[in-house]
Parts: sequence; C-alpha cells; structure tokens
Amino acid sequence: MTTIPQGAGAVRDQSEAATETTADAADPKLPPPVVWADERLGVAKGFGLFKKVFPDHWSFLLGEIAMYSLIICLITGTFLTFWFVPSMGHVIYDGSFVPLKGVGMSEAYASTLNISFDIKGGLLIRQLHHWAALLFIVGIALHVARVFFTGAFRKPREINWVIGTVLSLLACIEGFAGYSLPDDLLSGTGIRAMNGFMSSAPVIGTYLTFFVFGGQFPGELIIPRLYIAHVLLLPAILVGLFAVHIFLVFWHKHTQYPGPGRTNNNVVGFPLLPVYTAKAGGFFFIVFGVTALIAAVVTINPVWAYGPYDPGQVTAGSQPDFYMWFSDGALRLLPGWMEFSIFGVTFSPQIFLGSLVLLPLVWIILGAYPFVEQWITGDKREHHLLDRPRNAPVRTAVGAAAISMYLVLAVATINDIIAIKLHLSINDITVALRVLFFILPVIVFMVVKRLCLSLQRADRELVLHGTESGRIMRTPEGRFYEVHEELNEFDRWHLVQHEAQRPLSLTAGPDTDEYGVERPVGPLESMRRKLSEFYFKDRIEPVTPSELAAAHHHGEAEALPGGQARAIKESVERADETAGLRSDDRT
Amino acid sequence: MSEDQIAVHDPHAKPATYVEPEAADRFENPGLPPHRPRRADVDDDAAKRAERQVTTLFGLSILGTLGFIVAYFLVDPELRASVLVIGYVNLYHVILGLTLAMSLLGIGLGAVHWAKTIMPDTEVVEERHLQASDEEARNEAAGVLSQGYRSAQLHRRPMLLLTAGGALGLFALPLALQVAGGLGPLPGDALEHTVWRKGMRLMIDPSGTPITPEMVSQGSVIHVLPEGFVGESSHGEDGPSALEIMEAKANSSVLLVRLNPEQIKSQKQRDWGVDGIVAYSKICTHVGCPVALYERQTHHLLCPCHQSTFDMTDDCKVIFGPAKRPLPQLPITVEDGYLVAVDDFAEPIGPSYWERG
Repeated sequence: MTTIPQGAGAVRDQSEAATETTADAADPKLPPPVVWADERLGVAKGFGLFKKVFPDHWSFLLGEIAMYSLIICLITGTFLTFWFVPSMGHVIYDGSFVPLKGVGMSEAYASTLNISFDIKGGLLIRQLHHWAALLFIVGIALHVARVFFTGAFRKPREINWVIGTVLSLLACIEGFAGYSLPDDLLSGTGIRAMNGFMSSAPVIGTYLTFFVFGGQFPGELIIPRLYIAHVLLLPAILVGLFAVHIFLVFWHKHTQYPGPGRTNNNVVGFPLLPVYTAKAGGFFFIVFGVTALIAAVVTINPVWAYGPYDPGQVTAGSQPDFYMWFSDGALRLLPGWMEFSIFGVTFSPQIFLGSLVLLPLVWIILGAYPFVEQWITGDKREHHLLDRPRNAPVRTAVGAAAISMYLVLAVATINDIIAIKLHLSINDITVALRVLFFILPVIVFMVVKRLCLSLQRADRELVLHGTESGRIMRTPEGRFYEVHEELNEFDRWHLVQHEAQRPLSLTAGPDTDEYGVERPVGPLESMRRKLSEFYFKDRIEPVTPSELAAAHHHGEAEALPGGQARAIKESVERADETAGLRSDDRT
Repeated sequence: MSEDQIAVHDPHAKPATYVEPEAADRFENPGLPPHRPRRADVDDDAAKRAERQVTTLFGLSILGTLGFIVAYFLVDPELRASVLVIGYVNLYHVILGLTLAMSLLGIGLGAVHWAKTIMPDTEVVEERHLQASDEEARNEAAGVLSQGYRSAQLHRRPMLLLTAGGALGLFALPLALQVAGGLGPLPGDALEHTVWRKGMRLMIDPSGTPITPEMVSQGSVIHVLPEGFVGESSHGEDGPSALEIMEAKANSSVLLVRLNPEQIKSQKQRDWGVDGIVAYSKICTHVGCPVALYERQTHHLLCPCHQSTFDMTDDCKVIFGPAKRPLPQLPITVEDGYLVAVDDFAEPIGPSYWERG
C-alpha cells in the first residue's frame, strides 16, 4: 500500500497553508548570519531537516522527560562541581549549620553542607539536581514501558532498544554513584552494602572490593573514584549513547500509532519548524519548571539530618533511592540458608544473586527481548506502526508480569517501613513477599492476558454492532429495539487495522511434506513452535468487512422488551459465532 | 510450487510463503480524516485571545526571572518561616525556587500554547522508505570492500591480517594492566584480623571511657570500640589517623550486652563472656551494616539494612533474614577492674567472601 488515501480536508488545508506562506513571504531571503554560516559550512543544505515530521502522542513525551531531565542534571551537576570537594579527608565542620558545628566529618560531607547552607541558592541547585535525577529515571522507566508495550522495539529499531537498555542501566549506576557522594550516614550505608555484595562475588570478590575501594573498607578513595565516575566517565558514555539514541530516532523516523491515514510507509504529524520546535522546546522548559517547583517546596535527601558517615552507625529505615529498591529488596528476600562452604571456599548466592547477578540479568533480558520475540514470530518485516497493547496480549501480559516481579522486589525494600506503619510482623511480610515473587507474576500474566483479549472482543463488538444511539424504534409488528449507529470509517479503522499474529504451526505450512512424510523438526525449532503457540494460540482476529456485512443482516437483534426473549436468544447465538476467540485447543 | 521443486525434493526447503486466506478480506485504510479548524483558525477574536494568553505567559516568565534576581540580592538567606502545607522552611530557598519555576514554566507553557492555538495544526505526511539499501548500493558497497581488501593485498598475504589483528587485540593490555594493578593492594589476610588485641580495653563509643562490669546493666546495650580508637586517647600525637579510626569502626565495632547467664544456651558463649556480659561484632555477616537494633525483651539483634535477625542468647545465630553465619563473638575478661579483650575475634568478621572458607 504505497498510495495513501488522503482526507479531502487535509489536502485542502495543506494547499491553503502553502498559499498562505507564499503570500506572507513572497520572496524569502536567508538572514545574513545564516548566509555567513552557509558560505563557510554550507548549512543551508541541511535546512530540510526542519521540515522533518514528528507524530504527536502524549506517550512520546515520556522519553522527552528523560531527555530533558538529563540536560537539567548536566547543567545543575556542573554547578555543583564548583563547590563540592570529592575528598574523604577529615575536617572539623565550622559552617553555619549549628547542630553539626565541631563535628568531625569528610570534606565531601562538609562541602555538601556548605552547598546547602552557605552558598546562596546552592540548596536549590542541589535539590534540582537530585529531583531531576529521579525524574530522569522515572522518565526512562515509563519510556521503556511505552516502547515495550507498543512493540516499538521491533525491526528496524532493535539496535536502538539495546542502546536504550544500556542507557537505563547506566542511569541507575550514575544515580547510585551520585547519591553516594555526599558521604552522609545514609549513603555511606549504601556504599557499605555495595562493598558487602561485591565481596560475595565468587573467586574474585575480595580482589574486586580491594581494587575498587583501594584497600579495606572504607579507605579514603571510594568517594573520589565514584566522583570521577559520576561526573566524567558515566556522563560521557551516557551522553554519547544518548546522542546515538536520538540520532537513530531521526534516522528511522519516529514510530506512530495506527490510525486513519497512518501506514507503515509514512509518518503523519507536525514539522520540526515551527510546531515541534515550539512544542518540544516548550516542553523542556515545562519539565525544568516543574522540577524547579518540586525542588523549591519538597525537600530531598536532607543529608544534614543524617549526619556524617560512621561505619559503626546506622539508622533504621535505610532505603536507597527508588531505582535501586528492587536490588536491595532482593537482598532482603533471599534467605540466608542459600550460603554454603565447600572445599574451603564460600558461596553466598543469597548476596550475589540479588545484586551482582540480578542487576545485569534484568538488563540482559530486557535487551534480548526484541530478538527473542522476533525469533518466535519469525516476523522479519519492518514495523513503524505501533501495536495497541491489547492487540499483543501475551507480550503485554509478559511485560506486566515482569513489572509485578520488579514491584514485589521493590516493595521488599520498604518491608521495615510497612511493618512499622501497618503494625505487621516484618518476618511475615518478608515471607509473604518471597511467595508473592513467584505467584504474583503468574496471576498478573493470566489476568492481563484475559483483559487484553476481552478488550479486543469489546473492540469487535463495537465494530460489529456500533454504538448505542439512544433512539428506540418500533417495528410494524410492535417490537421495540434500540438503533445502533455504525462507527464511521475513521473510528472503525483504529479497531480493525491490526493483524492477529498466528502461531507458527499455522503459518509455517503443514508439518508433513507433499508425500505425507513428517518434516524433521529440531529441538530448537520445536521449542520455537511451542513458544509460538504460547504467544499466539489464543487470539482475537480483527473484524473483516464480510463479518461486518454478516452482522448487518442481524439488524433487529437489539430488540427491547417487546421481543426480549428472542433478542437474548439471538444475541447469545451471535456471541457464540462472532466472539472471535481463536484458540487452537478448541478447534 | 514449481515443477522442478517437486521433482528434486529438499527436506529443508523453506515452506512456501503462507498466504492468509482472508488477506483480501480486510478493511482499507480510509486515509486522513477531514481536518477540523480550531477556534483561532476561524474566529479572529479567538486568535487574538490566544495571542494575548501566550504573551501573558511569556511576560510572567520575564517577571519570574526578574523576581529571582531581586530575591537573590534582597531577601535574607537566613529567612525562615512556616508556610502553609509545606511547613517550616528556608523561605529564601523557596522564593528562589518559585521564581525560577515561574520563569521556566512561563516560557514552556507559552511556547506550547502558541504551538497548539496559533501554529498550523494540519498534519503533514512524510513518506517512509525501507531501511535496507537497494541491490545496486549493496553491490557497490561490496565492490568498495573487496577493492580495499585486495589493494591492501590481504587476499595474498594473510599473515598481515593475522598479525595486525593480534597486535590490535593486545595493545590495550598494558594500559588495562596499569589501571587494574594500581587500583588497590592485594587483600592478603587483611580481612581476617581486626584491631582487637589481647588486653585491649573495651571503650564506650563515643565517650571513650573504659567499662567496668557493673556499668553493664541487664538489658542495656553498649556500643564499644577498641581502646585507642575512640575518645581522648585517639587524638594524641601517636594516635591513629582518621583513616585508621574509620577502618577500626568498620571492622572492630562491638556490641556489649549483659544477659542472664541462665538464658545463655551455649557454653562457649558463657566462657567467652564475663558473668553473662558478652561482646559480639556489630558488623553484619550479610553485607556489613552495623547490627544496631537490640530488642531487650527477646534478646534479638536486628540489622536495619536487610533485617537479618540474630539471637543473642544462642551465640548470635541467625534466626531470620539473608545472613547465614552468626555474629562473631569477642572473647572478653576483666583486667584491673575493666573489661578487656582476651584476643582478636576467632574468625573473620563482616560479610562473607570467597576465601573465607
């Protein structure tokens, strides 16, 4: 489908817009600075970029939130480096925060107090930085969810998905490194736990911690090292990968939601100049402004209240920033009996599984998903139209189940807070969460898959029988029925445009060749078939024109009381025949 | 399927492309719906109103910016006040933040409102093309590659490729070695010892006073550091450095508790204590947080980081949570009326590690 039927109105408006521009500026000339630049760099050739079209949807803003928060972090972070002293050297505090006067602490902590109390507006910049960092990761998480549930990761965007997953991992590490820098009691406890789980690594654990910490815990190198990782190493990789990430969005052209006029071969939206420049540029200021608003009125990480780090002290209710909750939660849930000693060495899977294995594993699974799904579907086509999540029920359910697992781990991090607030036993909560970790994903999977199928069925119902008009008609025989109005073709297209993926057993042709001999199927291929069944066995096919035509013949089915019994009977029959659920178990 | 495909049967041949039976029976994309003009497109008053709203928002931004600058200089940075909902705050900080937010939001909301009401809202269609290059471009690329390969004579002299690959693959090793080798000392037996030595007094953290058995009352818990690492004694000329004190706190912190000797279940625990007074490492055997919460009714020690729970009356064995090993006990005795260590811990304190055994 290369030619796209255009709405007559759109054509008219486009031509109107065109004439308007030419009338306004009959003989446009480049402004002198652009001419100057063009003579040296040939920039005028690239101005076609400003005509680039971006589709509009609120969910596309989630990634923008992440992008803008990153920029806010870079700006405010640079400011902070002017005053922050990344040193664990011992000083006696003599600043204006009275309660800590005369207390011994590291220079890192003292300079953080200095930023918070003695630099004018320093606290605002610190809070902006911390809030923007949190918003950065919230933005990333929501953006990942959007891309996953709409299938935007499919070919040709697998590379960008992998880059995105690396970015999200780096963002979490960057955040962890950042909130560890002030060397307050809370963040020091986090570093202590990091030291602990690093030393649990089989074979190399002790060496790993001694190399990272420059000796025994705490040493006095970890803050300077985290600092250089936080302000140079990780930001350089983050910004570099982020640039590629954005470049690829331009290169591939943005995906779009299905809708009338939108096809796999076009992009429908607004041009970069002026609409998207104003919208996206404006949105940067909105994100920045909202962050400033939050930073102005909501305290974050009041390090002065925690006191300087002391390895012998800890506060009850020590939680990392939220994006590390799942890992800390895993450390809380994994039971101690998993540890064992054999041949003179110690294995502590209850520690390394929840940290050194879990962190990379989550991102490896995330990064590998597009390739796995593509292998299962065998779909090698390019996809530029997004899926409505309900139209990919198993993917949506798998994603929801994964999120539920993540949430169980995250909630485990606040098991002590829950225990205190709800007056429950912390042991019971922990045990319950251990069980939930395995059970909840299964329940969530089943519920979400059924929800998706039901929503698809509702779509079919809407297409086949239209919307209730509220008008009651009486037939010559005296029967009453409510008139249903058919959807217009534009509204209908949203509900019928998709393809229902079929399992390989249906699409890959018969299992036997033309002589009736069974085709040999390797173990890998047979697993692929099974997974394909799992994904696509239960499916709802979109309404076809002939189904719609058939439904019209049932015209009077919506009869009201006069013919109630018959109407019910008919609607039951109809539900049976058009519910559209294809389950290959049942055929 | 063509004739010869049937004649020469290949069991691994790809199945013929499956054609959906009802492929033809699909709705057709109706194309873009007719464009509906906005109010400001057809009504000049509405357009003027929109313009006024946008300029007002930009004007508010300018006010916010000026407000920030004025507040920066004129408001007292120590100004504190109780604000509705937020509570007692540093008002200077709040004023700076709110004016900055106003300055930024004015621009953002103004620009977006401008785009939504005044700029054209007609959707534009841009064609999209397959990512893959066409056959011609691919052939050309293949030609360029093979040309380069051949003119470098790689096809005739494979050793060039092998050695160049080897050299490139290895050249980063010296640099990596320098970094890795210089990062930190080898662990050696550093993790097996703490600063505790025979005869070293137990001192209260943070006051640094030595402890007599009478000072330890039933049910109370005393945080203890080794003599010389806390209080006055740590400050002298020969005293430990700040780093050494931090390390001592990280591996030699001890909790001192008096239990009813009859409650103590293990003979070793009784022997290593003094009349029911027992000393245990405060560093959790899970990932090393200080095990700081003591329930005096149950004699349980709880680590606030990951909730490992240790039973004080049963040699600090783990009764719940992710830790596996009991907290190591510090053997203590009385010397000159004060509690002192008999020796270092008998086993490594703190988190598990590979070589621990």
